[in-house]
Amino acid sequence: MAAFKGTSAKVFGLTDNKSALPYLLLLPGLLWLALFFIIPIFSLGQMSTKVAGNETGEFIQGYRFSNYIDAFSTSMEQFSRSFLYGILATLIALAIAYPLAYAIAFKSGRWKNILLVLVVAPFFVSFLLRTIAWKQILGEEGPVVSALRALHLISPQTSITSSAFAVIMGLAYNFLPFMTLPLYASLERIDPRTLEAAGDLYANGFTTFRKVTFPLSMPGVIAGTLLTFIPAAGDYINATILGSPSNKMLGNVIEARFFKIVDYPAAAALSFTLMAAILILVTLYVRRAGTEELI
Amino acid sequence: MAVDASTSARGDLILKNLTKSFGEFNAVDDLSLVIPKGSFFALLGPSGCGKTTTLRMIAGLEEPTSGSIFVGETDITDMKSYRRPVNTVFQNYALFPHLTIFENIAFGLRRRGIADTEVKVAVDKVLSLIELPELSERKPSQLSGGQQQRIAVARAIVNKPALLLLDEPLGALDLKLRRQMQIELKWIQTEVGITFVHVTHDQEEAMTMADTIAVMNKGKIEQMGTPEDLYDSPKTAFVANFLGQSNLIPGKVSGIDDNNLIVELFGTKVRVPKIRSSATGDSILVGIRPEKFRIAAEGKEAHGNVLTGGVISDVSYIGVSTQYQVEMPSGREINVFEQNDDDEEMLRKGARVVLSWEPNFTFALDSNDNPTGGSF
Repeated sequence: MAAFKGTSAKVFGLTDNKSALPYLLLLPGLLWLALFFIIPIFSLGQMSTKVAGNETGEFIQGYRFSNYIDAFSTSMEQFSRSFLYGILATLIALAIAYPLAYAIAFKSGRWKNILLVLVVAPFFVSFLLRTIAWKQILGEEGPVVSALRALHLISPQTSITSSAFAVIMGLAYNFLPFMTLPLYASLERIDPRTLEAAGDLYANGFTTFRKVTFPLSMPGVIAGTLLTFIPAAGDYINATILGSPSNKMLGNVIEARFFKIVDYPAAAALSFTLMAAILILVTLYVRRAGTEELI
Repeated sequence: MAVDASTSARGDLILKNLTKSFGEFNAVDDLSLVIPKGSFFALLGPSGCGKTTTLRMIAGLEEPTSGSIFVGETDITDMKSYRRPVNTVFQNYALFPHLTIFENIAFGLRRRGIADTEVKVAVDKVLSLIELPELSERKPSQLSGGQQQRIAVARAIVNKPALLLLDEPLGALDLKLRRQMQIELKWIQTEVGITFVHVTHDQEEAMTMADTIAVMNKGKIEQMGTPEDLYDSPKTAFVANFLGQSNLIPGKVSGIDDNNLIVELFGTKVRVPKIRSSATGDSILVGIRPEKFRIAAEGKEAHGNVLTGGVISDVSYIGVSTQYQVEMPSGREINVFEQNDDDEEMLRKGARVVLSWEPNFTFALDSNDNPTGGSF
């Protein structure tokens, strides 16, 4: 064992250097990221300024930055739809997940672990299958439509599937656990005595929530909304399965450019634009939500 | 919506037949108590004796199973906690981690809709009372334990409640800081004149600060009185052992003179003042505090109550005093503390000694009391 330790230390050139340990621990993750994130990003960046060659699928580097303008100007509609759907789905998920996480954190007693397992239980079934299931639930023969029709809440002609509503619901549903878990984690950390202290200092239940519980759960709100919004804005499965052609999101456009039209430069340019837009929006959001307000 | 605590009824805190049951178990059992306005009152007892539950019922954080709670004329039994003229200093303080010290202290004032300028005046005043004015813009996590403790007190007293409840407020501090805070809390109480109800398991803490102590055991009050009363004239073995230490020795009353009971103890007659006996029958427990004994080598002169024939079975030197364990011929051990205030040689293990003490320092309890109750 000692001999082995000595050898490995020599191999890495780290004799008697304990401060190297954190870097060693980071190494597998960094290698993984380099291989599957940084290198692809570079090749995607290169692709985004190429121009079409003579044969289909052949592209030549031309440093054509107007690829970005062309791609963006032809898909403005899907672009804004991605953000709108992403934001709406995030808000709906927040509205559903907050009470759920609150109940699990403060009111569930011995059911806590079971409820947490139930929150992540959907992950046992593939994302694709669950989305297809929603198509059936919201479909013409499904329980939702028949119930709403029976209650005369929608006209017999109205259907729910293949609509913006179905896409947004699908997004909200699919990313709900990503919202619930960080919210739960931040709520669960709150010392119940601080809530008692608020009551002791003349705050009623609602004021206690507004002035103490909610501000203390802000780290969870921020983490949850980011974990929901980012994948939701880039998603195309929900729009494909639950939407109609008029509900296409940017993800669908990118997918079509890559796999159907075989216009790699445009697809790459759009991917970059989406990434940049999300990055800017998220930065503004985190700034606005203010790390100062966090503990 | 919010109550103006400063104008709501002030007066004594009265608990009437207060009971709190958790299933079959009575955490607080038919407790009746009057805590006079302006006093520093301590509820003292071991963990699980019901003292914290009592406090939480007064704060409105726990609902009594039966009984009622009054502040002066006002029945607050069914009042929501946020409407009561009561504030609490929580164990581990429960400061709001996301708010500055200023906003922590201002929290209660703001809920009562007090104007910003007045809030500022009140908070600044209380911060200078606790001598921490420079901390107002810090966050609780940037403060030491002792500072957080004082902020927790400030956050409560700034509201000028009729009643301040303190739940083991010094439990998380180290010994030195705890001593200092005991003196400070007592000073603050005198300064603001609010009734303090202090829950603790630390008898020294209770005795240092409180005017009146109620010793609680199993949901009931064992005995209530001034620290001196409780220490000098405990009425039960629990109190005798929980406040300080006691030697409780079974004896038999064999006669009476003017002011004393004559009691047979290890075959020797000793005198016990009548007024310090709570015993009713002839079989009693004679109580002597370890520090009241005089200890000397056998053969030396002794006066007052005298016990002979003891042999030292253990000696520990602890600086200010020396603690001896003396085994009597019957096999019973007696604890003796001797001040190290003379240059007499320390007695050795195995030495035969004579114990003596002033009859006035003796108390007596009923013999059916459990002589080890309350010792930990």
